[in-house]
Amino acid sequence: MANKQLKKMTPVQQEYQALAKKHEPPRPLLLNCIKAFFVGGLICIVGQAIQDIYTKSLKIPINNAATATVATMILLSVILTSIGIYDKLGQWAGAGSAVPVTGFANSMASAAIEHRSEGFVLGVGGQMFKLAGSVIVFGTVAAIIVAALHLLFNPNLSGG
Amino acid sequence: MLKGHQSWLFNQKPTIHATATVVGPFEGRGPLANDFDRIHDHSMVDKDSWEKAERKMLEEAGDLAIQKAGYSKDQIHFFIGGDLMNQITSTSFAARTLGIPFLGIFGACSSSMESLAIASLLVDTGAADQVLAGTCSHNSSAEKQFRYPTEYGSQKPPTAQYTVTGAGTVVVDRAKDGPRITSATIGRVIDMGISDPFNMGAAMAPAAVDTIQAHFRDLQRAPDYYDLIVTGDLAKVGFEIANELLQKHNVPIDRTQFKDCGMMIYNYEEQMVQSGGSGCACSAVVTYGHLLNQMREGKWKRMLVVATGALLSPLSYQQGETIPCIAHAVSIEMGESS
Repeated sequence: MANKQLKKMTPVQQEYQALAKKHEPPRPLLLNCIKAFFVGGLICIVGQAIQDIYTKSLKIPINNAATATVATMILLSVILTSIGIYDKLGQWAGAGSAVPVTGFANSMASAAIEHRSEGFVLGVGGQMFKLAGSVIVFGTVAAIIVAALHLLFNPNLSGG
Repeated sequence: MLKGHQSWLFNQKPTIHATATVVGPFEGRGPLANDFDRIHDHSMVDKDSWEKAERKMLEEAGDLAIQKAGYSKDQIHFFIGGDLMNQITSTSFAARTLGIPFLGIFGACSSSMESLAIASLLVDTGAADQVLAGTCSHNSSAEKQFRYPTEYGSQKPPTAQYTVTGAGTVVVDRAKDGPRITSATIGRVIDMGISDPFNMGAAMAPAAVDTIQAHFRDLQRAPDYYDLIVTGDLAKVGFEIANELLQKHNVPIDRTQFKDCGMMIYNYEEQMVQSGGSGCACSAVVTYGHLLNQMREGKWKRMLVVATGALLSPLSYQQGETIPCIAHAVSIEMGESS
């Protein structure tokens, strides 16, 4: 994509791209990876702790506890989003806070808050999936493909 | 009067009679806080949406500038302005409140100097006696329109810029004293193929350089004619590039003070603004607040303000277009009535 675009450019533009690239401060990739590793891990530890509380202290069966844990993490993320903390965490932690389920909840909650001024129907309802929508669409498509492959290549299933 | 290819020389010396700046709380915590007329405690400015807050700030700045110049609204012949919102609603809705005959312009973040140049031309040619020019931007409304929801936890790269929340206005007339607008250079649209909306500085730098060179060529001046040449919102990354480009084109920019408004408005150590400030209000509040105050105090005698604008829309970059940019320059001189 980038190369294709570059080919369309005039020599002056190409020369400028090189000059501009030189002045572009690089993203601190290694530091970002380390931060993402620890923040992402920490979020998972919190999730695990909540699940342990549900199974051990409240004696909820493991399947139900997993669902309850996800719901709790989503709730925590929405609260942190609405009090303006999650975006700051995102700037610092990068993928660490974007990848877990809390990041998904943040993308929906932030869009809902953002478009509240346009009303509940067209604003909150219509715009809530602005960022999350593509995750759901392509997640579903990927799931169908994986399920189809599973059906084709799993002898236990295809054999009946 | 046309001078050279794309510049106007103002013989009647239209004057900046009064200016007004209104900013949000984040700008109020920056190093230029003392230069702003009004600092709001909350970025919503008692309104229920950011768009309304942005408009409200422009209305306030408009009222304040007119009041400081000692006029009433009906004495102002025209209001010229623009902003970043779709269909420039902030400015046109503010014009509805102000009730002054209105010319809406769009030059993205170059709107400040574009409106000042047109206002000066109207006054210079006698098409108007008193003109109000102004522009506004709001960090959250710009993020919402151009990028992601404000509370969305995405990581911004170090080249990203922070849109200034604020509004800056100016009343131009033929007053006896005050900083005079002596010339203006209207820029061409330059596109050097940058397509990353998180790297506006790099996209806009060539436009700034093109307009600066055109200004010197048209008016047959060199950089040392000015005490200060200031760009609008190139920020750290774009400013470095502009410096290198000017040196490459043999413009002796080092013979004058060369600065950038986007690098002056925030405190890099304490405020998380990545490359620096941007937005229509960036060059407007820094020039109309800070720089003109310094000029009135005698620090600068002649300055050239080169406001830069990135003319993209959220749609254009999603369709893979590169970012066309523009810059307009206005020279302001203090002093001996000649």
